[in-house]
Amino acid sequence: MIAETGLAALWLAAMLAGAQLLFAWLAAARGQAIAERLIRPIAVAQGLLTCGAMALLIVLFLRSDMSVYLVAANSHSMKPFIYKFAGAWGNHEGSMLLWVAVMSASGAAVALFERGLDKRTHIATLGAQAAISLGFYAFLLLASNPFARLNPPAVDGQGLNPLLQDPGLAFHPPTLYLGYVGLSVAFSFAVGALLTREVNARFAKAVRPWVLAAWILLTFGITAGSYWAYYELGWGGWWFWDPVENASLMPWLAATALLHSASVLAARDALRAWTVMLAVIAFAMSMIGTFLVRSGILTSVHAFAVDPTRGTFILALLGLYIGGALALFALRVHTVNEGARFDPVSREAMLVLNNLLLCVILALVLIGTLYPLLTEMMGVRVSVGPPYFNTIIGPITIALMGVLVVGPLLRWRKDNGKTLLRRTTPSMILAVLALGAVVALSAGSIGWLPALSFAAAAAVAFASVLPLWKRNLLRTPLFTYGMVVAHLGCAVSLAGMASESAFSQEKLAAARPGDRFEIAGYGVTFDRVLPVAGPNWTAMEATLTVSRNGRVIGTARPQSRFFADPPTPTNESVQMTRLGGQLYLVLGEQLEDGRWQLRIWWKPFVTLIWAGGGLIGLGGALALLGRIRREKRHKAPAKPAKAGYA
Amino acid sequence: MVTLASPRQGPKRKHQRLVLIILALVATLAGVLLAMSALRDQAAYFYTPAEAMAAKVEPGKAVRLGGMVEGGSLKRAADGLTVTFRLTDGKASVPASFSGITPDLFKENSGAVAEGAFDADGIFRATNILAKHDERYMPREMEGIKYDPKTHKVEETKS
Repeated sequence: MIAETGLAALWLAAMLAGAQLLFAWLAAARGQAIAERLIRPIAVAQGLLTCGAMALLIVLFLRSDMSVYLVAANSHSMKPFIYKFAGAWGNHEGSMLLWVAVMSASGAAVALFERGLDKRTHIATLGAQAAISLGFYAFLLLASNPFARLNPPAVDGQGLNPLLQDPGLAFHPPTLYLGYVGLSVAFSFAVGALLTREVNARFAKAVRPWVLAAWILLTFGITAGSYWAYYELGWGGWWFWDPVENASLMPWLAATALLHSASVLAARDALRAWTVMLAVIAFAMSMIGTFLVRSGILTSVHAFAVDPTRGTFILALLGLYIGGALALFALRVHTVNEGARFDPVSREAMLVLNNLLLCVILALVLIGTLYPLLTEMMGVRVSVGPPYFNTIIGPITIALMGVLVVGPLLRWRKDNGKTLLRRTTPSMILAVLALGAVVALSAGSIGWLPALSFAAAAAVAFASVLPLWKRNLLRTPLFTYGMVVAHLGCAVSLAGMASESAFSQEKLAAARPGDRFEIAGYGVTFDRVLPVAGPNWTAMEATLTVSRNGRVIGTARPQSRFFADPPTPTNESVQMTRLGGQLYLVLGEQLEDGRWQLRIWWKPFVTLIWAGGGLIGLGGALALLGRIRREKRHKAPAKPAKAGYA
Repeated sequence: MVTLASPRQGPKRKHQRLVLIILALVATLAGVLLAMSALRDQAAYFYTPAEAMAAKVEPGKAVRLGGMVEGGSLKRAADGLTVTFRLTDGKASVPASFSGITPDLFKENSGAVAEGAFDADGIFRATNILAKHDERYMPREMEGIKYDPKTHKVEETKS
């Protein structure tokens, strides 16, 4: 019954989405008052229904109901509780249901909480959101029904990919999806504003919290995903430029650009068409990401199933929505008046530069990700990896950091080149000092990219806190703190990346019990290897004693695991976090002569990478809080749009 | 919708919008050109051993070599960490070596993709090895390839 109820809830929600679209049209185009009153309750009901369906699917997984195909194919009764729970979205159908649930829940949130938009734009926005949801309901119900029954029921399930059996699974996909789908809200706002010809500062102020929220979640999702890959794969790397990673990075880049341009629009009423365009691009990147991951066109741990019809379906949705939005943009862009003017030396100009650089990075990532797919159609198999991405994206990122040093120190509209020079000189001096220091420290062996990254990180770290200089810290608005913290996070993360790539040390050995290794001043003694067993795996576990300056500081127990369902060996690496970095230990396989392969890394300040990511997300959260608080304080009706910007 | 002329609207305002559009176009174009030139240098081509022989891949150029690990060819050096093996596609076979922890499912008579470059002696020095790391995952180049360990014949079941 549970599965049938879930399916019925989904169909009902799909019908409500249809009704929502119809009523939005009736209300916006015909001015029908009943439709106008009904549209918000409908959006809320639709959100509740899909979240209910998601909850029912989780119940099915928790109960290990093997008469449901999805559960039988992806779960196992012996699996620990948390993986039964999170396993509900560790597969194609479940993750699409999660996507739809998040999408309609954010639609419900827009219906409930959005107060800043004028009524007609609000209704048009809800209509656009319903239109997007409809497509995804169709995809879910017609091409990937999560509630399909299996007759006769399976005796037991086939299990979950062991690489996914990690607490990260409970956190990483939902966060990323919230971010991905949150961008659909920005898209709907943009479409709504284009439809009612209300692209102005009020629109930007209304859309900004939603973009911020999506962006915060994307930031946390990507950061967590990177750390997950780092410790789970046991390869010592934290970013592989894997297409699936790129699929999450691209919406983030677009959302970062959108966030900054929406700020210009909200504060200065400039960059109107630009902001709308970025909102469309950001959601297009979410959909491209979904297409890449869900179509099975890439073979990866993330691609759960290969099914060409699904890929075609998502591609059709992508073409429909993005093509439709671009066509609407082309039709309406002449009604969007140009906003306020600004000088080449002004904060707006720097934010334009920020947007341009982010878009170039986005284009480079997109091209690098799609290129192997394009060449394969022509029969040439090519892989595009870190050499491509690092060599071209690294320098542009450093240029972007240069803009980041300058931008927040400039005034809106017009500033003076000389005062700018005075304000940025300390940062520049600091950058040169940092450059000299790392070159000296590495005895000149450091690559130019990590060296410049250190310099940029030093400059950004200093410049990012300058906006607080000589200000009353208690009266500084929370969103200014948000900006400061997020920019500081960029510096912290960049420093971690540079340090990891420039100063990591590696030791590879075949070890016998009693052997001792030295790495970066740490002594690692290989004590023994013993078999251990977990709930659904067995493993060989090594005991390694780690010491520093003759004092034992801890024991590491990396494992070489073997999962029974499905039969898969994995590596459980161990990370020992110290003040100056991380010791990363991996146990390999046993050799014929009884020795064990052992791989040890010392990664100085590697944790800064994720700490920086966390700071960036935290900065976003502070900014969001600040915006919401200010909105509450100024409960007075928003200023009507100025004449001339109809 | 009535559009009133803004008091600030003048020729210079149009000018700024135009500048922004041109900037966006230039940036996009520069990005695409940059990507194209970088792809020419940095994209690693995938070869099977026979293709690599025929193409005479120059030493030092990063490529990916995919095939089956030939039965009886996998040997481990005394240090316990370096492995030498031959990759075959049934038509040609290439000697290869790798230092490090090999993937769990890297074994004889199963598929693997080696990333690396040929050295001057024609030995493929792999810097990374991809093998199936679970029963469902396969490097995408190896999909649908079947190998007969007796005859060293490789069949490609997929076009």
